[in-house]
Amino acid sequence: MGTRDCHHASAVASPSIGEAGRTGDWRTSRPVIEHEKCIAEKKGGKVCFLCWLYCPESVIPQTIPIAINLEYCKGCGICAAECPTGAIIMVEERDG
Amino acid sequence: MVSIEKSAAKATKTLIITGNQAAALGAKLARVQVIAAYPITPQTPVTEALSEYVEKGELAAEYVTVESEHSALSVCAAASTVGARVFTATSGNGLAYMHEILHWAAGSRLPLVLGCVNRAVGAPWNVLNDQQDSISQRDTGWVQIYARNNQEVLDSIIQAYRIAESMYVPVMVCYDGYLLSHTVAPVEVPSQEDVDRFLPPYEPRVKLDPANPVNLNQVTLGDPRMDASGRLCHGYMEIRYLLQEALADCLKRIVEVDREFGDLFGRSHGGLAWGHRLDDAEVVLMAMGSLASEATMAADTLRERGIRAGVLGLRAYRPFPKEALQGLLRRARLVVVFDKNISYGYEGATCSDLRAALYNSDTEPVIHNYIAGIGGRDVKARELAGAVEKSLSMVALGEAEKGTEWLNCQI
Repeated sequence: MGTRDCHHASAVASPSIGEAGRTGDWRTSRPVIEHEKCIAEKKGGKVCFLCWLYCPESVIPQTIPIAINLEYCKGCGICAAECPTGAIIMVEERDG
Repeated sequence: MVSIEKSAAKATKTLIITGNQAAALGAKLARVQVIAAYPITPQTPVTEALSEYVEKGELAAEYVTVESEHSALSVCAAASTVGARVFTATSGNGLAYMHEILHWAAGSRLPLVLGCVNRAVGAPWNVLNDQQDSISQRDTGWVQIYARNNQEVLDSIIQAYRIAESMYVPVMVCYDGYLLSHTVAPVEVPSQEDVDRFLPPYEPRVKLDPANPVNLNQVTLGDPRMDASGRLCHGYMEIRYLLQEALADCLKRIVEVDREFGDLFGRSHGGLAWGHRLDDAEVVLMAMGSLASEATMAADTLRERGIRAGVLGLRAYRPFPKEALQGLLRRARLVVVFDKNISYGYEGATCSDLRAALYNSDTEPVIHNYIAGIGGRDVKARELAGAVEKSLSMVALGEAEKGTEWLNCQI
């Protein structure tokens, strides 16, 4: 079966999770959370969440504990750069 | 598809107007909703006429003033993406500046209509006519129609919307700068009521709408891939294949639309190509636009001298009407192609395409190529006739092969 059955004439996509594929495999380094340093986790409420605010891929929801969806995280490191307490560090994928 | 009662056209009025006025009037009659254009000689009067229509309240359109042709076509593409019928026009270097968005519009399958008032491309600066500007945009995926007189300019713009919006391809209506754009001639102007019947409002297949969000022209790489719902979607190559398929299908559509136009308005323009004394012609002059009109006078002169000459006016350059030309030229022994353009390093663009179209077909005339009228160099009918006689004498001497010659180049 070919692609004609998708009935598009140009590139059209619906905004939805995974529309661009599993972009997590683009990553060369991944964010690792040191939970004891996370302000939101320490306060136990909706405070800080700068990682959620800055994530360009919307893969960090406002949850406690913080969790990052590594299926789609491209490893850009913005969350690590923005975290005021250094609770997110980037680890190269090849280093496990 | 709109059904049209034959010969039901309302009374028309005849105006004595320039090609530019005819183009603006065509866009107005098509009820364009968004216009974005940047003035450039010789297209400028089109922008002036359209902005006046809008300013006077005669045309319910948004006229967006922009700082460049790149922006003009970008605005048109954006407006078309939300479902508006749009128009722009440009010339020469302005069309060159639109180049990137020409590709973008075709790849997005937006039914834009662009009036190209053919002008030489600098350097050196020159505002006069040849067809190098539009020929240089040949491979951007736009339909290109060349008009031979002011009536055809107006009618082709109305037809262009019908072609574009049914096939989801952009259409460029090309007409010669000054020779048509600034020369007055009688033009029959159809009634708004009839144009409305011919051209219903545009209903886009896909559009940007906050109620139904879509992501258009997202990164689309080499291979097809599944979308989020598990549906296999095109890669870049499949999308581009569909564009080629649509352009090829336009061969039929251009003919249909011209015929339907003729049914309603009582005149049509030959579809893909038109002929003048072509039926029994052994010698055929081929050209596009006003140069082809000029060639009819040369053919008549040649007929008076006992040469069975005719003219093939190429109206659709892309898609290229290969099979139609094979049929129209089947009796020709010699085809003399006059190009107001050149593919530098080779020969005139329409000549190359004609040679390719006839290769290995049953139609195998001798083909000679003349480059004419570059940068506003005047072309006289007697010069065209003289070129044909020169080619004929070479053929008579058994010298079928002839290099491309620049007509009236005084080097």
